[in-house]
Amino acid sequence: MADRSAIALLLRRAGFGPTSAEVDAASAAGYGPTVAALLDFTGTDPADASPVPTFVPYQPRAARSLTLQQRQAINHERAIELRQTQLWWLSRMTSTSHPLREKLTWFWHTHFATSFDKVRRADLMYRQNQLFRTQGAGNFEVLTQAVAKDPAMMLWLDTATDKKAHPNENFARESMELFTLGIGNYTEADVRDAARAFTGWVISPLTESWALQARQHDDGIKTVLGQTGDWGGEDVVHILVNSPASHRWIVAGVWSHFAYPVATTDPVVNDLLPGYTADLDITNLVKATLLHPQFTSSQARTGLIKQPVEWVVGALRALGLPAGEDRVVTALTALGQVPLRPPNVGGWPQNEYWLTTASSMARLQIAAVAVNLADLSPVTDVAAAQRVDATAHLLSVDWSPPTAAALGRVAANPKELVALALVSPDYLLN
Amino acid sequence: MPSHSLSRRQFIAGAAAAGVAGAAGVAIGHDPIERALGIAGGGTSHEAAAASSASSTASLSTKDGVLVLIAQYGGNDGLNTLIPYSDPAYLAGRPTLGFQPNEVIALDSELGLNPNLKGLKTLWDAKQLAIVRGVGHADPTFSHFREMDIWQSAVPDTDEATGWIGRYLDQAGHDPLYAMSLGPTMPMLLQGAKRAGSAIPSGTLTLPHGQAMEAPFIAVETPYPNEAALAAMVGQSGTDLLTVLHAVKDVLTTQAPVVEGTNLEVAPDTTPPTTVAPGKKAAAAASGLAGQLDLVARLIKGGLPTRIYVVSIGGWDTHGNEKATQDSLLAELDGAVTGFVNAMAGHPVVLMTFTEFGRRVAENASGGTDHGSSNVLFVAGTPVKGGYYGEQPSLTALDDGNLQFTTDFRQVYATVAGHVLGIDPKVVLEGQSFPTLPFV
Repeated sequence: MADRSAIALLLRRAGFGPTSAEVDAASAAGYGPTVAALLDFTGTDPADASPVPTFVPYQPRAARSLTLQQRQAINHERAIELRQTQLWWLSRMTSTSHPLREKLTWFWHTHFATSFDKVRRADLMYRQNQLFRTQGAGNFEVLTQAVAKDPAMMLWLDTATDKKAHPNENFARESMELFTLGIGNYTEADVRDAARAFTGWVISPLTESWALQARQHDDGIKTVLGQTGDWGGEDVVHILVNSPASHRWIVAGVWSHFAYPVATTDPVVNDLLPGYTADLDITNLVKATLLHPQFTSSQARTGLIKQPVEWVVGALRALGLPAGEDRVVTALTALGQVPLRPPNVGGWPQNEYWLTTASSMARLQIAAVAVNLADLSPVTDVAAAQRVDATAHLLSVDWSPPTAAALGRVAANPKELVALALVSPDYLLN
Repeated sequence: MPSHSLSRRQFIAGAAAAGVAGAAGVAIGHDPIERALGIAGGGTSHEAAAASSASSTASLSTKDGVLVLIAQYGGNDGLNTLIPYSDPAYLAGRPTLGFQPNEVIALDSELGLNPNLKGLKTLWDAKQLAIVRGVGHADPTFSHFREMDIWQSAVPDTDEATGWIGRYLDQAGHDPLYAMSLGPTMPMLLQGAKRAGSAIPSGTLTLPHGQAMEAPFIAVETPYPNEAALAAMVGQSGTDLLTVLHAVKDVLTTQAPVVEGTNLEVAPDTTPPTTVAPGKKAAAAASGLAGQLDLVARLIKGGLPTRIYVVSIGGWDTHGNEKATQDSLLAELDGAVTGFVNAMAGHPVVLMTFTEFGRRVAENASGGTDHGSSNVLFVAGTPVKGGYYGEQPSLTALDDGNLQFTTDFRQVYATVAGHVLGIDPKVVLEGQSFPTLPFV
């Protein structure tokens, strides 16, 4: 029988929070076999039954030719499509039997953070999301090459309108700073030359996918990270992801998301670096991360706060509630983390960022609604003296003595007990 | 634990803060999606003020300066904000994006305001608008994140995790009401190493289950010895929340909306969102920058002891299709700032804008401009001495295509720290001294 706390930690980090039954089953199976099962994406997934959004075929129209009413109608239509796409994804997170696939999809959404607010096309956001889901566990270069040509990304960072005469630096810069290298590992000259390499990249209106417009492409000589040639965009991506700085950046990024925040020079990064450098394989990197001794250390157990999506979806899963409802997006809006709408290309910050007085209020309100909807019989059906423990089991959490004592004061009222448990510091630690 | 007795306080529901936009610039209200779905934000239904309540424990003295910071997330293009319209290099660099001399609101023979800044021109004429030019720092990075961190930390050289106000909070002692932002998340500038400012919640200001929930909530959230640092921060935000709720609600019950055109007390529509027709004018007005500033104005007028407010407006990253985007954002900024400054007439309130960087002189091929360096910022209010401060940077003596800065941004911070907040600027500026600017 494996350490139940370690198993619960593993399932929280490699998914969106387990049910108590899932923790029981994984504890019986053991830690190593549970990691192997999490990384096995074969077989059917109940998440595939989540209703797939329907998209109105896109028709390019000049904004000036539209009346106010037409523009409002289009905005309304697009907002509905976005909402359907968000609910589809949230449903997948709660219903999946392959939680790590959905967690990796989420990780890549925070890494290659793209927002509907500029893309304005829910169908393209959906395509990008499927890209993360189908290629997010493979080779990082393959993934990054696909993301670079992904239409939502091309609209988000302006690659789609990049022309030879005046290169747009947006994608080149953010690729280096956020997607592959990290600040300090490239120069302004690298950004300017890389931007030239992506000129002429367009979205074909016929196929709605990447194409090269040769007359807008700058085919001159460029130097990127010390390598000189008549590079195209693919060459630049290749140079970036295969540089030593990128290896550290990605290893530290995965560790920071799944375990706790680290710098690229951290000893755990040194441990994982040779394995990742050998093949750029994300599955192998995630596996090595989950199996590293530090992953279940006390530093890890106290090193991450549940982000709003993790907190909301985790609570819904533990309480057996559905996620595909408008009120779930309303809750995430109040908490400041709405899927498909990150605040900027940097994604969402971690930890302290989520601990404000305003988010404390929102969590309490959401918890109060959730306990009203949930079947709390695992708590209600036991004697008052056992309810604090029963709540720990239901939510797969361990109470510190002060939290247990504080919750004990409301044990007579199971709804209040579970609501306060959901907003307790112990539960907020991921 | 909150410093004053909470249990006797009257809870009064109000949707007053409903739909204020998030500090990250996109969250709840300022938000085309929520607008298109007919949602005003995370707000819940409004209940009329039920009873008069006890007044706040501490009140603002009429002499205490208040600083209101507007974060413009994305990097506003300063050259199309304060326009060097008579410099041939301006239109040469911006053949399609540039404004013609007859389009700008001329302030003198060289510089003019963007045509959407009509309200700011009235403040300029009334000598209540300071325009600080060429603001920046050495070795700009052109990164949104790095530059926004630099502006919020006031530490340009190293990666600093605390904000310049946060470092003041660290040494000032715990006071969750001293500095507040609006919306669910809080900007880094209010984050200290040990302490942080507060974020005023959106929507209702009442705990579920009302007063009965308070004592057990405090019991769960109260930090204890040897608690993990992040867990203790969860608890601190919970106990601070009660302090903020009581103080804010006490004030809002006595203060009507003050900024024209906004009405935060309009109840959001609760009809299921996918069936609602788009467009709700009042909700949109309440949720934007004007709505945020309206709430701030009411809190100041009501005597909340808060000295620093942070509000935000996002969307300034205009790599493409800049003109339409910036025009509408500047118009929104202009209306909100002008309304707020007029509502605060006679109060010692100073409003200041900041953004992470300006943009290049030359436009790009997407009808936009790329990340640049030094920029213009506005300071406005009754105590402000209107006029230009700092030299206008040259459009031709460029540093690799970028404007050179003429005014260190920490000079601006030293000025507002010393002359608005009355704190020693060295505390927030790593012990360094910077010459102040006489705009206040």
